[in-house]
Amino acid sequence: MSAQREGASQADPLSHASRGNVGEIPYEPVFVGAMRDELNALLGRYPNKMAALLPALWMVQRERGWVSEEAMVEVAQLLELTPAYVKGVVTFYTMYHQHPVGRYFIQVCTTSPCLACGADKVVESLLSQTGCGDLGATSPDGRFTVIEVECLGACGFATPIMVNEEFIESVTPEKVPQILTRFK
Amino acid sequence: MADTPMVSLTIEGRQVQVPAGTSILEAAKVAGVLVPHYCYHPGLPVAGVCRMCLVEVEKSPKLAPACATSVAEGQIVHVHSEASLKARQGVLELLLINHPLDCPICDQSGECELQDYTFREGRAEGRLGPDPKRFNPVEDFGGDVLYVPNRCILCTRCVRFMDDVVHDPVLNVSERGDRALIGKFEGQDLTHEWAPNVVDLCPVGALLSKDFLNKARAWELDRTPSICPNCTQGCNAIFETRDNVVVRMRPRSNADVNQWYLCESGRLDYKWLSPATRIEAPLVRHGDKLSAVDWESAIRAAATTLGGARVVALVSPMLSNESLHLAARVVAKTGGTGVFRVRTGPEAPLEGVPDLALRTERAANVKGAELLGFTKSASPLDTLASGDVLLVIGETLTAADAPALARAGKVIVIGTSLPDEARGATVALPSSTMAEEEGTFTNLRGRVQRYMQATAAPGMTRPAWWILADLLTQLGEPTATFLASEVFAALAASHPAFAGMSYDTLGLKGQIMSGEPAAQEAAR
Amino acid sequence: MGYPHKSHPKETPILSKYFGEPQARTLEGWKQRGGYRALQQALGMTPADIVNVVKESGLRGRGGAGFPTGMKWSFMKPGDGKAHYLCVNADESEPGTFKDREIMRWTPHALIEGTAIGAYAIGAETAYIYIRGEFTEPLRIMEDAVKEAYAAGLLGANAMGSGKRIDVHVHRGAGAYICGEETALMNSLEGRRGNPRIKPPFPAVAGLFGLPTTINNVETLAAVPHILNNGAAWYKAMSLSSPKSTGSKLFSVCGNVTRPGNYEVTMGYPFKDFLYDMCGGPLPGRKFKAVIPGGSSVPIQSMEEAESTLMDYEGFVAKGTMLGSGGVIVFDDSQCMVRHIARLARFYAHESCAQCTQCREGTAWTTKIMERIEAGQGTFQDFETLLEIGDNMTGKTICVLSDSCAVPVVSGLQKFRHEFEAHITGKRCPFRTAAAA
Repeated sequence: MSAQREGASQADPLSHASRGNVGEIPYEPVFVGAMRDELNALLGRYPNKMAALLPALWMVQRERGWVSEEAMVEVAQLLELTPAYVKGVVTFYTMYHQHPVGRYFIQVCTTSPCLACGADKVVESLLSQTGCGDLGATSPDGRFTVIEVECLGACGFATPIMVNEEFIESVTPEKVPQILTRFK
Repeated sequence: MADTPMVSLTIEGRQVQVPAGTSILEAAKVAGVLVPHYCYHPGLPVAGVCRMCLVEVEKSPKLAPACATSVAEGQIVHVHSEASLKARQGVLELLLINHPLDCPICDQSGECELQDYTFREGRAEGRLGPDPKRFNPVEDFGGDVLYVPNRCILCTRCVRFMDDVVHDPVLNVSERGDRALIGKFEGQDLTHEWAPNVVDLCPVGALLSKDFLNKARAWELDRTPSICPNCTQGCNAIFETRDNVVVRMRPRSNADVNQWYLCESGRLDYKWLSPATRIEAPLVRHGDKLSAVDWESAIRAAATTLGGARVVALVSPMLSNESLHLAARVVAKTGGTGVFRVRTGPEAPLEGVPDLALRTERAANVKGAELLGFTKSASPLDTLASGDVLLVIGETLTAADAPALARAGKVIVIGTSLPDEARGATVALPSSTMAEEEGTFTNLRGRVQRYMQATAAPGMTRPAWWILADLLTQLGEPTATFLASEVFAALAASHPAFAGMSYDTLGLKGQIMSGEPAAQEAAR
Repeated sequence: MGYPHKSHPKETPILSKYFGEPQARTLEGWKQRGGYRALQQALGMTPADIVNVVKESGLRGRGGAGFPTGMKWSFMKPGDGKAHYLCVNADESEPGTFKDREIMRWTPHALIEGTAIGAYAIGAETAYIYIRGEFTEPLRIMEDAVKEAYAAGLLGANAMGSGKRIDVHVHRGAGAYICGEETALMNSLEGRRGNPRIKPPFPAVAGLFGLPTTINNVETLAAVPHILNNGAAWYKAMSLSSPKSTGSKLFSVCGNVTRPGNYEVTMGYPFKDFLYDMCGGPLPGRKFKAVIPGGSSVPIQSMEEAESTLMDYEGFVAKGTMLGSGGVIVFDDSQCMVRHIARLARFYAHESCAQCTQCREGTAWTTKIMERIEAGQGTFQDFETLLEIGDNMTGKTICVLSDSCAVPVVSGLQKFRHEFEAHITGKRCPFRTAAAA
């Protein structure tokens, strides 16, 4: 499949006024300076630019906490893809956030092996202890967002959760308050 | 081609021989068997995702996707065995799980492949029960295209078309599972000249033409094979009419011209084929008024007007070869000159198809006009000297033509309408649009193609070639032609470029003129 | 070892010997434990010879398909002038399975060594280790270990001074179970949506970037250095039952069992002994009710079936299921099978890539019906519908995610029909009234 963008039949989307941005803050490119160097090094691992797409998106999320539409345009331009193509990839993979989330993004596994060990109780505990109330909602103080995810591959250490990039195993409702104190 | 080995196999009891590498689905076509499918399209890369084309291959443990499986020697394939029918019924049922019962309000109804196959092979009743269907709002994809996600069966023809044929990848598949839908990026729309073909490619009513929205029901339409008249490419088209009005133009496949596609500018510019205001009776000036008269009187008046003065004939490059042939003979008979002009616009190629583009010259028969002796000019009426007789045939006159019209001694208009600028005409003869007649065009590659009559000509209007034949007779050169085919035969007999051609040889795919590069290629 | 528990005396700790020992992570520590001798040996052999040793050993893919590894490697045609690739499938997302993460976070160099040998054996100069995005700790540890290996000249343009190039790159996934399917993994590596590809063409002919590719599971590659060090005969001799299942296997045990964890046993080990003795049996006051022995995509076993099973590829098939990934999910009598089957259906519906009609719509519809039954709003007619949908979803799609969704439903209805019926007749889940769930 060719994802190359030919001709400039479309207007330059980066000039499109503050779409997806908070207020009128202009978009700051991610891949400048050291980030650009890191991306270039990454490109050396693959025979073409498209293969660096997932790693590049991870870099964006590492820097900004989420992948905005402007970021998709920036990545598309750097990797010679179209924004529509990049968006199609971003929406396929569940780990890329397409909108800002709480400072600490909590993912709880509730697939059957963990469910059999009480994962639903862990979710309940997290929702109430963080103040989020509902799955996917951000807590009033902006600290937490809690979602259910599919098997995290730590079934023997039920119930595993992830807090941003940190993987925490063997969580029980009793341990939740203690765990949350680490995340200010 | 000579070295491709052939493979023999049996499909639904019919033996066929096809080149190695052919898919079972294409081989079935050769055998005269349709393997039901959605995502497969001969112009697009194989996806194999809809799973409708699963067929039973003897000695194979699993059903095979016919579009994605190559033929093998001695294969015995069943398209309508119990296993295949059950699998297809399964696919149809699952497609209808989230598909809304929109038929009463869906444009596609009547020409919907989901309806067609479900009616033939699907379950009689749904059993979704109380479980809800997924819902997404309608989206404007830009250009002429609307997207109704609820109806989408995710065949991805539209995405593959934009990627691989248009080379403008503005569509994607977004999300996963049954949340998936076709998506695009904000600000990047389906504005490409060839994008609206996704509406034709869509097997269901998920991608719709805004122009055609709620305009007519598919079963109310009459369909006539024709040629798109709006540029020199000569794309094969189908004119769809309702109550004698052209309401839509769709592509007609021709592997050598436009494959399966029509551009946006071409297909949406059909309204002029059924003009709202037009002259429907011959008009002759008596004093300061134009009065309706019978054809004989009008022809006599026109012939008289043409005699004894320098004639400048301004023809339209939209006229058929037949009309232009007779127009040229009228010009010759009167010792005048023939000119034409053509509107231009930017060329817009369909990158993924060889030699297919919306051409810069926006008229169907520029080549025909040139071959038949008319001179192309940006301002053709500059040659009109004071007192000359201006014979306008089919060309639209505008306010910019007023000075020339004023210069002319007398003006004869053969056309569909008489604009204000031409109200001073001596004779006005009502002609039909190309939808109201049959004829031929010559495209830019010298392919001569027939178009058929799609609507009835109103009032007393006649095809231009008929008017010109009568005029020519009145001028002293009798032509015994009563049918367009007879005019074409006369043309073929007198013009070497058209030699050997007839309506029979042209058929519905056309024929390249001898001497043209493509014809030499084909002959090799 | 039964990590995180102490090694059980009846285990065969080969791959898991150093689980729990942080020193084993470092290059130094690994070398002290015998690391990289096998790679040294391999680089002095011909690729064809290495392939033969692995063939001889009977090693089969440990990701779930169980395809003979040596045969898979032999599909890579040497000397074709094309770049070859090795992809390491570390996408471990099959519910119940958590062995590859342990191999990576405790013995990363074991994987690097196996990868390097595999790459050399198939004529690949580049190997990508595709690790699922959620495995942040294994990702970090593998990246560090790869850096160490490069710094020590074990990898790179002149691997161990052999003159051969072996490059290993870690590539992070982003949350998609389907990327564990080998062709979807390749698409994901290429920067595409993780859609499985139609086969043919097969990866060994046209795979990653259109070039000949082999995809192997983490556990499979981790076994390779041991096979080279100890010989194919040694590995083949490790077989308690069927001669077609050789060596040791890491079984990940989870769910309602006293000692969940990874256990390494010789192929053919008795399942009853495994569950009741090695894993500690059921929790106090509970009885085992059902077990899914190979990750959620294999049929559910009743305890009667499980207790007479021998743990190898043929043994599980003989008892109505499959070895699969070896992810052993145990359910006791406090658990509602309908609830878990509904949850598994939801899992597959969430993970479907959306290409094939049967999977895209079938997984979602199955989930809706199952959840309705669980909520007490099902009908007996729903059983027939579920089975028909399951039949429509089996053997008709590009990959087997569709089939996998049907499996727990079909085997559940087969073996636990009474629980389904109770939800219909009682119009509610009979397990929800229990105080402890």
